[in-house]
Amino acid sequence: MSLLRMEDVSIRFGGLLAVYNVNLSVQPGEIHSLIGPNGAGKSTIFNLITGIYKPSEGHIYFDEKRIEGKKPYHIAALGIARTFQNIHLFNDLTVLDNVLIGAHTSGKWDLTGSLLKFTPWVRSDERKLKFLAMESLEAMELTDKTNELAKNLPYGEQRRLEIARALAVKPKLLLLDEPAAGMNPHEKQVLMEMVKIIRGKGITIFLVEHDMKFVMGISDQIAVLDYGVKIAEGLSEEIRTNPKVIEAYLGKGAVH
Amino acid sequence: MLLQQLINGITLGSTYALIALGYTMVYGIIALINFAHGEIFMAGAFAGLFMVTVLKINIFLSLILSMVFCMIMGVVIERIAYRPLRKSSRLSALISAIGVSIFLSTLALMVFGADAKGFPDNTIPLIQIKLGPAEISSLQLLILGISAFLMMALEFIVRKTKIGKAMRATSQDYHTASLMGVNVNRVISVTFALGSSLAAAGGVLVGILYNSVSFNMGLMAGLKAFAAAVLGGIGSIPGAMFGGIFLGVAEVMGVAAGYSSYRDAIAFAILVLVLLIKPTGLFGQKIQKKV
Amino acid sequence: MVEMMQNLIDQIDPYTLQILMNIGIAIIMALGLNLITGVTGQLSLGHAAFMSIGAFTSAILSIHYNLPFSLNLLVAGLTAAFIGALIGFPILRLTGDYLAIATLGFAEILKVIFLNLNITNKALGLSVPPPNTDIPMPFVIFFVALVTIIFMSFIHNSRFGRSLMAIREDEIAAEAMGINATRYKLQAFAVGSFLAGVGGGLYAHVIAYINPSDFGFMKSIDILNMVVLGGLGSIPGAILGASVLASAPEFLRFMQQYRMLVYGALLVFLMVFRPNGLLGGVNFTRLVLKIIGKNKPARAAK
Repeated sequence: MSLLRMEDVSIRFGGLLAVYNVNLSVQPGEIHSLIGPNGAGKSTIFNLITGIYKPSEGHIYFDEKRIEGKKPYHIAALGIARTFQNIHLFNDLTVLDNVLIGAHTSGKWDLTGSLLKFTPWVRSDERKLKFLAMESLEAMELTDKTNELAKNLPYGEQRRLEIARALAVKPKLLLLDEPAAGMNPHEKQVLMEMVKIIRGKGITIFLVEHDMKFVMGISDQIAVLDYGVKIAEGLSEEIRTNPKVIEAYLGKGAVH
Repeated sequence: MLLQQLINGITLGSTYALIALGYTMVYGIIALINFAHGEIFMAGAFAGLFMVTVLKINIFLSLILSMVFCMIMGVVIERIAYRPLRKSSRLSALISAIGVSIFLSTLALMVFGADAKGFPDNTIPLIQIKLGPAEISSLQLLILGISAFLMMALEFIVRKTKIGKAMRATSQDYHTASLMGVNVNRVISVTFALGSSLAAAGGVLVGILYNSVSFNMGLMAGLKAFAAAVLGGIGSIPGAMFGGIFLGVAEVMGVAAGYSSYRDAIAFAILVLVLLIKPTGLFGQKIQKKV
Repeated sequence: MVEMMQNLIDQIDPYTLQILMNIGIAIIMALGLNLITGVTGQLSLGHAAFMSIGAFTSAILSIHYNLPFSLNLLVAGLTAAFIGALIGFPILRLTGDYLAIATLGFAEILKVIFLNLNITNKALGLSVPPPNTDIPMPFVIFFVALVTIIFMSFIHNSRFGRSLMAIREDEIAAEAMGINATRYKLQAFAVGSFLAGVGGGLYAHVIAYINPSDFGFMKSIDILNMVVLGGLGSIPGAILGASVLASAPEFLRFMQQYRMLVYGALLVFLMVFRPNGLLGGVNFTRLVLKIIGKNKPARAAK
């Protein structure tokens, strides 16, 4: 039984077919990567899964429930968290606040909670969120930055904060959109270990990444997208030698 | 009857359109709701009035001089009140614009007093021309003619000249345009100059049409013209022309239908309705948000 | 108790008291708008409309029904909140300047409607009888203002407040964290409108005469200025902005007709030299922590 399944999913923007008839399934507990040249539609797939776009055709199942067309906040509450390709942090808030907001779905007190701030119920709610937030920061080794403003973090730490924030959602499925982009080799190595630890906690990971070394070193399954169409899927070794993949990346003729 | 209202409506609407163009051009380039624009319109009306009554200058020359006056004024205001804020939050620039607006209307109040002033009766010889069942006055014809001429001139500048090309490029993408060697500061100055001169023309024409010029005429006219710009799709020049004329006709029709006490609400009711159905205005383009 | 309050008030000269009451009402109005514009990031140019709803509701209640003043204010606030939610529901889908112009439009429409209704006495306006309470008005106002300040600081540090700030910072990311942005925006709008309604009710009874034209575009702008001048999103900022702008007309009185001229120039001047407001970028929690020596030294900027 797959955790996430896309069945014949297509989306059109005006006349442009950005994703065409994609079938994909992510098994629980695996690290699944989605690769492909620039503009292949990888981020679009993430936006389809998280409800930012609605597919023109096809269905998306999460935990065997159909989720296509549902609102992003609804999908997050079901257990899918994500990071963004071009970092979307809450820049003028502190690191801690960023992660506390990530923990949003675990809390229950809203406007009335603000009125009843010092009652035991609201306080225990807040404690729970704080605990979750600190746990996520610990996982991404950011606990010494809690009071910094997100915008003041160096780039690599901003990427890690995005993951910490997504972890605070307590997701079953974590979508990472180019998590290693802009990192130096050492940072990438550290990140790779962190991702493995996250998987070790039972969180399934679906990631988009350009860095082949990163992808090959971490993935159980790799799917390849080109011009919105899935052209290959399999284990690292199969993908590495697949002529279609080589052609997509290097152009026709490169195989020979 | 209907034709008569249509003529009156289009006449009023074309003055709204003249003001709306300034809003839409400025917004298109620096994404600022220039709340002081209504006061430029007022200043234009007073400048025209001053030249006709005190300096005894011919009305057409006065119109041109008033346009030049407001052109300079618009450029100076941008230099002092908006340019230093270009990198700040857009709300700061908005508040600055409101500050300019308060300053200018108070200045007009102090210089010209609280009473509305009128142009001399013989400014434009009034002749009524029969048009089937309706009448069009020489004044209305003049307003329509001047507005049409100015809008065509603007269209020519924006479409056919080098600076117009730079303006279009800057409104498409401010940063890329500056990287491509467009002198953005100059483009912005020209935008303010053009927009302000059109508002000045609108001010003089409205002043003659209603025979009334007052320090607080800018606020409501400015708000309605801004509504017209948004209605047409802010940033779109044809949109502003259409929006202005549409609101002018709607307002005149509404008054004719007996809703004169709701006069000032008509424009806004239409605006809100259109926004709810098409959130970017009639001719506005939908921007795909990059995620 | 009531006598004590009255005695205290008799000690202060009426002119100062009037200014203090204006400041109190301004603080309530500014904090309400700050929640909508400063915290949630939704620019509203029609806050005065909700003030007018509260003012007229409260005035009509005082004229026709002899409710206790506390109940009267509550109804005024709830009416404003209800209409705020009703208007907010369709227009909060709009973003940025489109939302701003829609709020402006609604405020102008409402003003014109009030100018035409019999119950608001059309353009003549209403004379408002004294409030039905033993507690002197200044105390009522200070109490409401104080409660508002406390409530707002509660909101700032709560799940609700964080959700609002998340929406201001990045709506797409907020939704990806499970925050229903539309719902929270609507709630913020309703709370802001509620406070405007309560502030309007107080205003009506202090000023004793209200007219729909008092609540036009310029009034909305006045309130917005308080929020922006102090520093968007900051509670101390909104309080400072409200205090300065509500008392400025009195301090500038000696300038007579130059007053508004100076006010306009001052706005431009302040924005050019302090674009984030007087207290913009000042973090009070951190400032306090620093003063009592609990804060780790701030990391050097790179």
